[in-house]
Amino acid sequence: MDFAFMKETFLSLLSGVPLTLNLAFTSVAFGTVFAMILALMRLSGVSVLAAVAQAYVFVFRGTPLLVQIFLIYYGLGQFRPALQEWGLWIFFREPYWCAVLALTLNTAAYASEIIRGGLQSVPHQQVEAARACGMSGFLLFRRIVFPIAVRQALPAYGSEIILMVKATSLASIITMMEVTGIAAKLISQTFRAVEIFVVAGLIYLIINFIITRIVMAIEWWLSPHLRRPPAVEPRLEAAHV
Amino acid sequence: MSNGVSSLSSETTAVSISNLRKSFGSLEVLKGVSLSAKEGDVISILGASGSGKSTMLRCINMLEVPDSGDVQIGGETIKLRKSRRGMEPADQRQVDRIRSKVAMVFQSFNLWSHMTILENVIEAPVHVQKRPKAECIAEAEELLAKVGIVDKRNQYPSHLSGGQQQRAAIARALAMRPQVMLFDEPTSALDPELVGEVLRVMRSLAEEGRTMLVVTHEMGFAREVSNRVVFLHKGVVEEEGRPAEVFEAPKSERFKQFISSHR
Repeated sequence: MDFAFMKETFLSLLSGVPLTLNLAFTSVAFGTVFAMILALMRLSGVSVLAAVAQAYVFVFRGTPLLVQIFLIYYGLGQFRPALQEWGLWIFFREPYWCAVLALTLNTAAYASEIIRGGLQSVPHQQVEAARACGMSGFLLFRRIVFPIAVRQALPAYGSEIILMVKATSLASIITMMEVTGIAAKLISQTFRAVEIFVVAGLIYLIINFIITRIVMAIEWWLSPHLRRPPAVEPRLEAAHV
Repeated sequence: MSNGVSSLSSETTAVSISNLRKSFGSLEVLKGVSLSAKEGDVISILGASGSGKSTMLRCINMLEVPDSGDVQIGGETIKLRKSRRGMEPADQRQVDRIRSKVAMVFQSFNLWSHMTILENVIEAPVHVQKRPKAECIAEAEELLAKVGIVDKRNQYPSHLSGGQQQRAAIARALAMRPQVMLFDEPTSALDPELVGEVLRVMRSLAEEGRTMLVVTHEMGFAREVSNRVVFLHKGVVEEEGRPAEVFEAPKSERFKQFISSHR
């Protein structure tokens, strides 16, 4: 192991971190919105909507992400004239947007199941108490159902974010120069696969370590009700009302 | 007999239900129940489990929608309509408005687990009734002091005993300045030594002249605090009247058996 070389590699791979994070967080952000829609469709009680959401999850959770990336990046090229006509080609000719789209569609399928689990775990009695106070519709969702569901879903959602950070490495296959993409390029120049991939792995490890800490901090902040009560009553105004 | 109410209470009808029927599947739980409460009435609703007493109470604020019959709150009839799945409220906004005037206290407290006690109490006044938050906090602290748990205001429901949680739930109900309070077996989930603290609070509310409908197994409360007792059996009102009358001289054989089994 050549530590001087590894240090040099580390510095060059760092330049791929912004793109890795960009892909991960853009797709998680879009994916969360989409996942929420899918989960609400699934729980809407309207059988057509529920079936569509269920079929979507079945397809995107049951096929490999790499296949989805290939289908979007190479497959949509076949429909270039049509896409140009609709003005979508500017979007699909960019590998960045193809990667974001594939990652978004994929994470939405998993995340919708996580959100559905969170929503279904909200105790019925607490919802009933809110109804009895005159809450309904969006107010009930915003004040009672969603905050309780988030607390249930957050640990699993943290795992999903980590999975997405790792999944961005697949975008290197369609020419994206994120951490893995740069690593592959360095290997083709130096043929020192072990050092380079060890360093690349280390970078993912550091990123995910930070993300786990952040998710844990949010969990801690959201769950004072699960901790022991403070021994001395603090003179605080009601927290996050 | 049903008019044998204390002459002190005014003659305004707070709640009136007439001829309520409700089935769950093939099981008919309410078979045409009628009841009316004037302002200031404290009505104890007794009955064995499965007699329909909780269902009747839950029909008043539409947590259960009756299959037929009328519910009137403060003279306003709740509008219902037929849907594919049975009856449903015709106007959700009317139901929400009425619910914000009819507070309910549940058997299992049902406090919102992610909010502190104070947040629980001010939630509906701030977000449903849209009253100024500072005013709601001041009033909530008064109410928490009244039920004796103001020192717990920044703690979470899971940190409190059952009796404290139920008193917090009563404070949450009072914070809505309700015209009617519904209690659904408020002491049934409590350890025996915690029942007293909740009953004391309820007794003080009755003495303030609040209109209360209480589904309960507490014979002492029914006898001493309420001014009317209603006994339900298999979905019909079997016995009704002033506690002194019905407990001393029950007319219904069922009620006689019920009293002797609860002595």
